[in-house]
Amino acid sequence: MKLAYWMYAGPAHIGTLRVASSFKNVHAIMHAPLGDDYFNVMRSMLERERDFTPVTASIVDRHVLARGSQEKVVENITRKDQQEKPDLILLTPTCTSSILQEDLQNFVERATRNTNSDILLADVNHYRVNEFQAADRTLEQIVAFYLEKEYKSNRSFSETIQKTTQPSVNILGIFTLGFHHHHDCREIYRVLKDLGIQINQIIPEGGLIKNLKRLPNAWFNIVPYREIGLMTAKYLEKQFNMPYIGTTPMGLVETASWIRQICNLVLKLSSELQTSQLEKTHRIYSCEKYIDQQTRFVSQAAWFSRSIDCQNLTGKKALVFGDATHSAAMTKILVREMGINVCCAGTYCQQDADWFREQVQGFCDQVLITEDHTKVGNMIAQIEPAAIFGTQMERHVGKRLDIPCGVISAPIHIQNFPLSYRPFLGYEGTNQIADLVYNSFTLGMEDHLLEIFGGHDVKTVITKNLSTDQNLIWDQSAVTELQKIPGFVRKRIKRNTEKYARTKNIKEITVEVMYAAKEALAG
Amino acid sequence: MSNLSTNLSEVALTETLKFECETGNYHTFCPISCVSWLYQKISDSFFLVIGTKTCGYFLQNALGVMIFAEPRYAMAELEEGDISAQLHDLDELKRLCLQIQQDRNPSVIVWIGTCTTEIIKMDLEGMAPKIEELIGSPVIVARANGLDYAFTQGEDTVLAAMAHRCPEYKIPNSTQPTNKKSPELDSWNNVSNLFEETLNKFNLITTEQQIESPSQSPSQSPSQSPSQSPSQPLSQPPLVLFGSLPNTVAQQLTRELENQGILVSGWLPEARYEELPALGPGVFVCGVHPFLSRTATTLMRRRKCQLIGAPFPIGPDGTRAWVEKICQVFGVQPKNLEQRESTIWESLKDYLTLVKSKSVFFMGDNLLEISLARFLIRCGMIVYEIGIPYMDKRFQASELSLLEKTCNDMKVAMPRIVEKPDNYNQIQRIRALQPDLVITGLAHSNPLEARGITTKWSVEFTFAQIHGFTNARDILELVTRPLRRNTHLKDLGWSKLV
Repeated sequence: MKLAYWMYAGPAHIGTLRVASSFKNVHAIMHAPLGDDYFNVMRSMLERERDFTPVTASIVDRHVLARGSQEKVVENITRKDQQEKPDLILLTPTCTSSILQEDLQNFVERATRNTNSDILLADVNHYRVNEFQAADRTLEQIVAFYLEKEYKSNRSFSETIQKTTQPSVNILGIFTLGFHHHHDCREIYRVLKDLGIQINQIIPEGGLIKNLKRLPNAWFNIVPYREIGLMTAKYLEKQFNMPYIGTTPMGLVETASWIRQICNLVLKLSSELQTSQLEKTHRIYSCEKYIDQQTRFVSQAAWFSRSIDCQNLTGKKALVFGDATHSAAMTKILVREMGINVCCAGTYCQQDADWFREQVQGFCDQVLITEDHTKVGNMIAQIEPAAIFGTQMERHVGKRLDIPCGVISAPIHIQNFPLSYRPFLGYEGTNQIADLVYNSFTLGMEDHLLEIFGGHDVKTVITKNLSTDQNLIWDQSAVTELQKIPGFVRKRIKRNTEKYARTKNIKEITVEVMYAAKEALAG
Repeated sequence: MSNLSTNLSEVALTETLKFECETGNYHTFCPISCVSWLYQKISDSFFLVIGTKTCGYFLQNALGVMIFAEPRYAMAELEEGDISAQLHDLDELKRLCLQIQQDRNPSVIVWIGTCTTEIIKMDLEGMAPKIEELIGSPVIVARANGLDYAFTQGEDTVLAAMAHRCPEYKIPNSTQPTNKKSPELDSWNNVSNLFEETLNKFNLITTEQQIESPSQSPSQSPSQSPSQSPSQPLSQPPLVLFGSLPNTVAQQLTRELENQGILVSGWLPEARYEELPALGPGVFVCGVHPFLSRTATTLMRRRKCQLIGAPFPIGPDGTRAWVEKICQVFGVQPKNLEQRESTIWESLKDYLTLVKSKSVFFMGDNLLEISLARFLIRCGMIVYEIGIPYMDKRFQASELSLLEKTCNDMKVAMPRIVEKPDNYNQIQRIRALQPDLVITGLAHSNPLEARGITTKWSVEFTFAQIHGFTNARDILELVTRPLRRNTHLKDLGWSKLV
């Protein structure tokens, strides 16, 4: 048993339901007790979804507990088949059903005989995987199911796959309830279009089950987020020899590298498909030209990092925490593209810990891998960064400690489902991120003015003594001086001065001591 | 199309209250959500929900930002080792409770049993006394799980468990009525039977007759019990009200009764666990929420209290009926009550013009539906259907008879009451009926709105202050909000967005 107040990743069935409700015309039936269908509330409220969430529960109640589900699940499946006529019904186990140990696969087989829809049992273990892993697994399961079905009906399926004439890709891993997924998808689409690459399919969001058999028609796959979609990409690579690009095009450097990888892959594949040499050189040339154009003029982020505004960010301390994809990408952007000092980068995706360490190596002072939000909170309190980039939980920690926070990753609230266009990926994404970073730090002229004129807040919070050491006395002039320091750094200056005074055995803090402390810390 | 017409004929309105039961495939919150308001109400408590990630994720999503305020609740998250009994339940819970005791030092720890603890048959009731002894503070067990209960019924299980912990009431010698006047004793006995009587009557009446006021007892004439006059409230037997309400609302209801000279000796729950009221034979109890049937049963059967079966103090009509019923039981002639009610109705006039003749459909998820429907019918609305997770006809007897009476008074057809509704069927009926307002859970609100059907989230009625005369306005504020919004946006031409 574990005492838990909050969790970063949801339970497994949430992941499965996200896959099911992302596809069009797929219905999920949860084998669950009353009240477990709160996924519908999340989707309807957070995504402001206009359609009824295609998730229903086959209710587990006392009777089921006593006698087993018997006909109930099968009846619910056949009923839903008649009511909604979905292409696929996904029977979703929950924590409850996994300990009841009913033979759900048997229900699936029985129901299949009387339905027009396909029926699948989501193959996830509630006690071993979290939301992301379950989503990843379920997506692979569905894709594999339909491709194998196609193979069974047509043995020469693999040989008859028609690659598209123009280079094309599948985008794997755009989900409902994902962090800015819709905007990211649009941005990726825009960049690919600029590069002359067609989209074969986007799954699961808005995808149709019956189109899955045409997935192998694309030249290669793109997996924008590490957490979900990778298993499917690997499956397609193994079965259909389709390469995939797992880089996340977040930030200028990564986006450029992502584009280069795509171009190189297209060249390699088109030489297999025998395209002319002229075409190739043209592509390489135009790819580099495109990156350069976009970086310097379409995206404002490159210019921003050169502008004098961004100078003030140099060396500022930040802490980054979130899912593996966003946390790693953000760390690299802050350090490499803005000159910010990331003291600590972390993720709650423990399954991806090694990958994450490797990604942020050399970019941050320390790495924090944990699912415990109090550990993250303690780390923030200890480091006292000038800004945090994290999830909604870190935002609230920041509020308590008076440190600004930019939200860069799930878990998120309704305000992270903005109506306006806010991608995190691609070139427009770099603009959004630059804004987010800039607005998170209080800086620039404002910072200086505050320092010069003693701040515009007149709260005398100074009397609230946080220090346990009662021996230290602040003389009047020092107190006045302290009040001139802008509110958001005042506490830290006070603490640092006291720390310094203690090490030097100074009992009374004067203005001189304050300056000495500042100099000592600066050195 | 044929499907649609059968649905239409199904919803034809009836002359008496009609009860139906559907498949139970409906959306509601898990009963563990009661933690969210109970931990705030009982300020020295700590709620430990013993369940899985699923429960935890529900709490954190349903309760939104509250989690960030260092709440006095937590999950005891069961891991694979707990499920397969590789870990010892008692040791694990001991460890967690000691930690809670150390960090928070609550006056009571409430264990909320969930579906998982039910299925693996974790003996919470058996372990609680052992741990209680060990940590030296009470541990209460409430099985608020989704296998048995819906949403607000969670509070019912907690209060029923808490009722066992209330101190024993001792009848003071000075006010023992037994030796003094035997006629009064008779009236007490009558009163104790009132509840049963009401039930019997109601069961008869549902078939044919008109409900009569169940108050045929001699205590009705105030002259017979002169000791009950407002100047001498001491001789009144103790009255304990049950149901969790925000402190201000509890205070308002308490004062409403005080104005009639009736003293409320305590609430279950009080704002602090240590202040729980005394219970026992001779104590009268009355509920304020329609979903507290288990608590009522526990109070009657286990604590030998006498239950006052009254409509619930929701809406001015309900509040008046509630006060009247309590007055009647105590043999007090209510003063100014009619006037008080009409003043409130007067103040609601602006809202009443908005709701008049509009139709409502309750999909049902929090058990407040009967009382709310009764109030809205009194406001002049037409109720097509009252969906409700669970219908205790005995505990809600007075409320149901008031609903029937209200329908007759307002000359509207009786709504049908659908227990354990089926949301899919309901949506078909909503499509056919096109009601002016659908009161529904968050899962269906946005999709219905996109189809041009106006909705109000039912959850808000659980969290808003809706009890007593003072808060009648708040109910209508909630009910009319979507209607008022629609008036603002009505000429824009985009009411259907799918």
